[in-house]
Amino acid sequence: MTMLLLLFIFVLSIFLGLELIGKVPSQLHTPLMSGSNAISGISIVGALAATAIHGTFGTVLGVLAVAFATINVVGGYLVTDRMLAMFKTGKKD
Amino acid sequence: MTTVINLAYIVSAILFIFGLQMLGRVESARRGNMISAVGMLLAIIATLLLGGLDYVWIIVGLVIGGAIGWWAAVAVKMTQMPEMVALFNGSGGLASMLVGWAEYIRDPNPGVVTSIAIFFAVLVGAVAFTGSIIAWAKLAERMAGKPILFKGQQPVNALIVGGALVLGIIFVITPSTAYPLLLVVIVLSLILGVLAVIPIGGADMPIVISLMNSYSGVAALAAGFVIGNNVLIVAGTLVGASGLILTQIMCKAMNRSLTNVLFSGFGSVTTAGTMKVEGEVKPITAEDAYYILEAASSVVFVPGYGMAVAQAQHAVKELADLLEQNGAEVRYVIHPVAGRMPGHMNVLLAEANVPYEQLVEPDDVNPTMEMVDVAVVIGANDVVNPAAREDETSPLYGMPIINVDHARTTFVLKRSMNPGFSGVDNPLFFKPNTRMLFGDAKTSISTLASEFKEAAAAA
Repeated sequence: MTMLLLLFIFVLSIFLGLELIGKVPSQLHTPLMSGSNAISGISIVGALAATAIHGTFGTVLGVLAVAFATINVVGGYLVTDRMLAMFKTGKKD
Repeated sequence: MTTVINLAYIVSAILFIFGLQMLGRVESARRGNMISAVGMLLAIIATLLLGGLDYVWIIVGLVIGGAIGWWAAVAVKMTQMPEMVALFNGSGGLASMLVGWAEYIRDPNPGVVTSIAIFFAVLVGAVAFTGSIIAWAKLAERMAGKPILFKGQQPVNALIVGGALVLGIIFVITPSTAYPLLLVVIVLSLILGVLAVIPIGGADMPIVISLMNSYSGVAALAAGFVIGNNVLIVAGTLVGASGLILTQIMCKAMNRSLTNVLFSGFGSVTTAGTMKVEGEVKPITAEDAYYILEAASSVVFVPGYGMAVAQAQHAVKELADLLEQNGAEVRYVIHPVAGRMPGHMNVLLAEANVPYEQLVEPDDVNPTMEMVDVAVVIGANDVVNPAAREDETSPLYGMPIINVDHARTTFVLKRSMNPGFSGVDNPLFFKPNTRMLFGDAKTSISTLASEFKEAAAAA
């Protein structure tokens, strides 16, 4: 049952994703890519949970996963913000 | 507590959705990114409430990863952005692969669905990891950007995919005894990532990066099924979909199918069109170019990867300002695949303080190109090659281009007469209204700018 529910969420998310991203102007493609890339660092949730595994090797895998996911999350969001801060309008306010 | 955590996951999924939506408009993009970051923070905090976690090691991982990520994001130059995004894609893919692996260590006897999810998380995560590393190496010029092809490449790839799938099926049927098989799948997938990207040439990197972006999302999605977590599934799917859409946009902008990009090794063979290129190349000096620009009332710049290489974006902006002071209307026409990643040129010009209203797409300018006095092509080649329109035998035929050959005058800034990445000759250089301004793009632009300044000082 739970699996079916997850599957249901998955299918709905596909449509949501296609709908959300479909009309992004090309000048935002790079920030969109690095920003969505940061979101893919969400596997950090699984990585954190994995550290609960007992046994040395499981912990090693978990910690490595945490470190790599964090690189993805921190680096991705920061670099996207840096880029978007540069996008300026020519209109005087 | 579990309820609270799950509610927090739902909120963070909503924040991701709003964040992505806001990333689609320039005015709201920066706030959108922050909202999505808040969603991420919330998901992390909620997970830390789970209990039973190894907090000491978590802190170690967070500090190391955070420091590397922060340093990379702050230190990277805007011209190196494609490499950076490739590396981030890779680390996300690797993290998802490790999550799948670790889950198997925790429970070596998972159910069928979980086993399938572990298999996919490991497979896609590993391909995203090594594929991104190769993409990074090509972009950073640590290895040749040329496609690497060898005999029997595709059968070898097919064999690896087939082998991984067979092992995966055995793994799903008997997971508890199949640990060695999972390890073999990991190794095969890592190799597959390398083999999948080496035959793809440097100019096709926008497509590869988009695709790797998509894979890193799909890997997170699979990891979500592994640990039965809805926020991973929502977020991973959103990223997978966005990467796929970008991939599609890039393919369309090159008029190529995804299979063609992935397997053809475009540019490795010079399949020049049979149409004879006629006419002669007419070089121009910076001084003469200045006189033409001085009289122009409408100027478009067409930047390409060469502008990034020459780091000419600031010089271009300076020249554009002088042109505007001189009364000309200035726009920048940006082809979707100009540069080495989607939107690459926009970021570089934004860095140089070009207002985003001046950055336009080919369709905005092409219909009125005849009204443009001067089109200045800076380090772009294939995206302005009229053979894409005129020569049915050209490998570029059918690719949407920027019709700079319809402008009254076209300046092409170029180091030499070498053909573009695709190895296809460019008839644009031989058109009667084309003038070649040879030399380093940054130097040429700066020379033009100083001509304007001298004239202003003399007046």
